[in-house]
Amino acid sequence: MNKYFLAAAVASSALAASLGFAAAQSRDTIQIAGSSTVLPFASIVAEEFGNAFPEFKTPVVGSGGSSGGLRQFCQGVGENTIDIANSSRRIRASEIEACNQAGVNQILEIQIGFDGIVFATSADKGDFALEPVHVFKAVAAKVPVEGEMVDNPYKSWSEIDSSLPDQPIAVAIPASNHGTREVFEEKVLHAGCEAAELPEMEEEAMEAACTAIRQDVVVEIAGDYTETLARLQSNPDTVGVFGLSFYDQNRDTLKVATMSGVTPSLETIASGEYPVSRPLYFYVKGEHIGQVPGIEEYVEFFMSDQMAGAGGTLEGAGMIPQPEEKTAEVVDAFKERKALTAADVQ
Amino acid sequence: MAEILSQTQTASDAPGDTLKTIRSGLTRRHARERRFRAYGIAAICAALGAVLILFSMILAKGIPAFTQASLTLDVFFDPAVIEVDPRPEPQPGQSPADYQKARLDWERQVTLVNWNRILEAAIRQAAPDMEVDTRQALSIVETSERFVLRDRFVENPALLGQTVKVDLLASANVDNWLKGNIDRSLPDSQQQLSAPARALADRLLENGTIRFAFATQIFTNVDSRSAPASAGLAGAFMGSLYMMLVVIVLAVPLGVGSAVYLEEFAPKNRFTDLIEVNINNLAAVPSIVFGLLGAAVFINYFRLPLSAPLVGGLVLTLMTLPTIIIATRSALRAVPPSLRQAALGLGASRMQTVFHHVLPVTYPGILTATIIGVAQALGETAPLLLIGMNAFVAAVPATPLDQSTALPVQIYLWQGNENRNFFEARTSAAIIVLLGLMITLNALAIYLRTRLERRT
Repeated sequence: MNKYFLAAAVASSALAASLGFAAAQSRDTIQIAGSSTVLPFASIVAEEFGNAFPEFKTPVVGSGGSSGGLRQFCQGVGENTIDIANSSRRIRASEIEACNQAGVNQILEIQIGFDGIVFATSADKGDFALEPVHVFKAVAAKVPVEGEMVDNPYKSWSEIDSSLPDQPIAVAIPASNHGTREVFEEKVLHAGCEAAELPEMEEEAMEAACTAIRQDVVVEIAGDYTETLARLQSNPDTVGVFGLSFYDQNRDTLKVATMSGVTPSLETIASGEYPVSRPLYFYVKGEHIGQVPGIEEYVEFFMSDQMAGAGGTLEGAGMIPQPEEKTAEVVDAFKERKALTAADVQ
Repeated sequence: MAEILSQTQTASDAPGDTLKTIRSGLTRRHARERRFRAYGIAAICAALGAVLILFSMILAKGIPAFTQASLTLDVFFDPAVIEVDPRPEPQPGQSPADYQKARLDWERQVTLVNWNRILEAAIRQAAPDMEVDTRQALSIVETSERFVLRDRFVENPALLGQTVKVDLLASANVDNWLKGNIDRSLPDSQQQLSAPARALADRLLENGTIRFAFATQIFTNVDSRSAPASAGLAGAFMGSLYMMLVVIVLAVPLGVGSAVYLEEFAPKNRFTDLIEVNINNLAAVPSIVFGLLGAAVFINYFRLPLSAPLVGGLVLTLMTLPTIIIATRSALRAVPPSLRQAALGLGASRMQTVFHHVLPVTYPGILTATIIGVAQALGETAPLLLIGMNAFVAAVPATPLDQSTALPVQIYLWQGNENRNFFEARTSAAIIVLLGLMITLNALAIYLRTRLERRT
């Protein structure tokens, strides 16, 4: 009988001790979360960092999408908030305000390089030479026909443009929790919208018309690119939106579409020829530097030539390096602890 | 039945006719029974078939991942490349902190050595007539393997200038190519390895430098993204182990305690009825809800660390508790009342009755419930995603408070890895390991139950 009381006592005291211990212990592992596009790059750097700096623990990298990561980042300052948020889009003014309200004032922005967004189909399907306007006409809820906005009538790509394959329209695009979605809207839909010559309308209505997506043939993917790939496998007619690095690792099953005549590659994106690319960022919580060991070294290691530089490890993993001058500028701003304010991003 | 009776009644005056009617009814009834048995067997076959298909698919995909391409290279620790100071040794009069610092500086120096050049030379030597550039040669070995050389050297600096045989992992792409995970007839533009690197890999396999060895790193290594071939389950396994310890330490005493009180001591009134209904409902609550609760309570309120097995264990405890309570209560209810009456009649107090006579009889039931509850918790993924246990962690957790993942979460993470060709097999291999653990736990439950039942 005593055994049971003993067991219960041990259990409850263990629980109490661990709660107290957790509160007293200071964290010594860098905690990172955010964009699933940046995640592979951040994980690689984290691993190499752990190998190169034996005195620091290997940082822990979580996912959750750019918005999810920045929301966690802006929860406040302290042990159980993250130190670094990865993001595949720039932080928004509203997010900076939320951060400031929670006591996070030192938001340090690090731009690490570029990522290309590619349209790809199953490898055994026809070749796509896309223009932004094709994509707009395929996915928009309403399209202009003879000066009138009508519900999207297109069923096949060849109806949009005779140069495209006669293949039923099915598109898998990232859902709005992904930073990729924003770039997709900005670089593809808006460009296509302009080229489609919509009838005269007010600016707000125009904005809505450009980004309204039809629901019948477009799937919005909230998960990662593996889910998009699964869509392509279940319906081989689907055109999917992927990151360049994901496409690069799965070239045996995917075929990439050209955009405005340019084939996406490390070179065409670095030179700016390929239109659908975006910068990648991570945001460092200045308040945690010095509290959690290794943050400064991690940032410098990330931006070093052997990682983010041309020919570095991250280029091998599919990230497009930015010009050296930009990297130097970013690192200098970090060293000066130049905090980002809401006014900077408006 | 009524039909038969009425038939026998009407035919009662002719005994030969009655027998005939019964005979003809009998064949129909027997046929009906045979049909019912056939339905039952068909249902079992369908269920078994589904399980069989699932298992054979997982095994077919996963078993190849347990062997992996690895190279045995003659590595020359070239003094021209490894230009470092001798390893610092503890000096008399030197404080341990100073020694630690000198040692760390030296290790940093060793890390900065261009180990890739040494690897490249070793690969070239293994197939001297092949013409490949540096990048192609290095694409044969996994990127993490340069640290294997570094660690060998740190351990034993006397290797400088020597040639030793070292076992190294081939890269994931080489493994894919040699196993045929990527269609070998695809054109260059659809292959991951360049044509010279593919030829080099084939040549090395031919001359025995590359062979397929048992992939021990699945069990000994932690997860890896920069070097997929070296990714393993060690971190996730430890994370799961810590969580299960927390579950056992908390859920068993709490669950058994509340079940004993509710069944043996609590008055039967509306309030205890309400509790009972709630416990039964709790057992049916989707596990993701427990995850939300855990994130709100343990992380936001108690400020416990993110991604810690302790938090995961607490959440899974909440999930396992109702299972254990319900099973223990039904085990207690199954104890014949004569046992209690006899003990009470001989003058035992109620507490003595319960702890000396009733509870020991229920041990097999409680044990089974615990093990099944733990097995269920072991395979649970959804609540863990909400408390940050789906992060990429490249370290084995030393305590339940360190960040870590868990086995089912690792399966989820590998399933989403962008290197599909390699990780499809790895994912199945991880599933095999998890299923193996589950089957072991369930077998243990059955073994312990039969043993304990025999004793009592």
